[in-house]
Parts: sequence; C-alpha cells; structure tokens
Amino acid sequence: MPAPYDPAFQPTPDDVALVASLRRGDEQAFAAIVEQLNGPLLRLARLYVANGAAAEEVVQETWLGVLRGLDGFEARASFRTWVFRIATNRAMTRGRRERRDIPLSALLDPADDPGGPAVDPERFLAPGQEWAGHWAVPPERWAPDVEAHLLAKETRALIETYLEELAPAQRIVMTLRDVEGWDADEVCAALEITPGNQRVLLHRARSRVRAGLERHLAAAGPA
Amino acid sequence: MGSDTTPMATAPDPPAPPDPDSCDGVVELVTEYLEGALDVAVRARFEAHLAACDGCDIYLEQMRATIAAAGRVGIDDLAPGTLDGLIAAYRAARDA
Repeated sequence: MPAPYDPAFQPTPDDVALVASLRRGDEQAFAAIVEQLNGPLLRLARLYVANGAAAEEVVQETWLGVLRGLDGFEARASFRTWVFRIATNRAMTRGRRERRDIPLSALLDPADDPGGPAVDPERFLAPGQEWAGHWAVPPERWAPDVEAHLLAKETRALIETYLEELAPAQRIVMTLRDVEGWDADEVCAALEITPGNQRVLLHRARSRVRAGLERHLAAAGPA
Repeated sequence: MGSDTTPMATAPDPPAPPDPDSCDGVVELVTEYLEGALDVAVRARFEAHLAACDGCDIYLEQMRATIAAAGRVGIDDLAPGTLDGLIAAYRAARDA
C-alpha cells in the first residue's frame, strides 16, 4: 500500500516552473530531468527486479508513464516524488511477475538490512577497562591534501564502488541524499519510509563508505 | 557473544541507545547529529564530548569529508541512445 501524500505539501516555485516547461514541450528541460533521475530510478528498480536489463525496462516504462501522466499531474507531491511513485508501481508490477511482490517500505526496513556497528568494535577500549568505549585506535586526521585527493577522479570511482557494495536499501538512500543532494523529507516521500528509518539507512551507508575511504587512504600512505 | 540464552520466541530487548559520552556511542550518533535529530540534552553532551576528544572530532570531520566527496560523484547511468529515444517519445507525446 503506497504511503499517502502529505496533505500539507506545497510545490516549490522551481517545481511549478519545471512542470510548466515540460507541458510546454521544452525538450531541454525534459532531457535535464531524465539525466538527473534516470540513475536514481535504476537503483530504485533494482530493489525489485533481478537484473539490470529488467531495471532498464522498468525505468523506460516509468518515463513513458510520466509522459502519459504529465497533463494530469496534480502537484500533491514534488515532481520527482511523483516520478518515483510511478517507478515504484511499475517495479512492483514487474516484481510481481518475478515473485517479488513486496511493498517498498518492507524492502527498505532497517530491521532486514545488514546493520552492525559504524566502526570496528576492536578500535575501542573493551568493557571492564578504564575508559571502556573510548578510542583505542582513533582515526587519523586526513590532511588537507588528502581531502583534495578525495575529490580526485579515482577516488570518485572508489566511492562509486563502495556505494555499489552497500545493501540496496542503504545504497538508494545515500545516493539520493549525498550524491543527488535531495533533502531528507523528499527522500522519505519518494521512498515511502519514515524519517527514523531513513536516518538509520543513511547512517549505515555513510559509516561504511567512510570506513572504506579510511582503509584506502591508510593503504595509500601519506599523500 | 555466544552466551545468549534468550529463547528464540521472545523479541530481543531493544539495544541501549548510543551513549554520547563514549566514543563508540558518538560514532553511532553522528548522522543524527548532522541531521539535527538529536534532542537538546543529548546534543549538548555530544558536543561537549567532541570538544574534549580529538578522535571523535576527527571522526566527525571524516564523515563530513565523506559526504562532500559523495556529492562530487557523478553517476552516469544513462545508456547511449536512451536519452534520444525518450526525447523522441516526449516530442511525439507533446505533438499528439
């Protein structure tokens, strides 16, 4: 059962302008929104369907659904939340054929998601010791040139790899929040999850990506 | 670990909330802190801990650097030809 739309929702001026452009036939605006949302939609679809080709089909059907629904769009949610709801419906229909008939909220339930501590417990002083729970092996400060290194192309590729290695629920939340820059409310609306669950998944995802970068930087030695 | 005698049928106790006075608690609260989701009292203890603890201060800085680095990842998942095909569909839909 899809989550209800927020009755207090008010579209932003940018969103109103976007929908007007799309209705006017502005191909540049359409191309821009496809480029912006296609990747996140593929990641959403991958929660439901078994392979990349099936996900591509779900996303293709989503865009065709967007074109059909554009004139009837009522702005009860942001445009991209609406696009996500269409994609969720398409992916569920497809998943049903593949026997994965599961609501989005269940696929994104942190209780079924690999959790574990943010940092290896070995790095903290053990219970019973004085200062138990405090750092035994604290993180080392990343020098400013290391931070610059983080922005380099190879490190961006590395972060993409870490994102791919995350559980799908963590991956889509961190992709939308940190890669695509969505705010928390919009991620909750688009993925039909509670703010608390959103934070848990985001926390697990960011913690793992940070740990990956720390390992990488330690192995690379001082930059 | 390994000495869990709780019967399978009963729900496990919810884990204790992370302790903002302890480093292993801070690393679990860092996202709620950055999201502005900590209540005032916990937030004050979290910030007092950070002011006194280099390790946790560095940890928070690394989380911020991780988030900033993720924001510079451009994921290009658009297969060649997909965009052209969709624009053609868009044109056809708007002309109809």
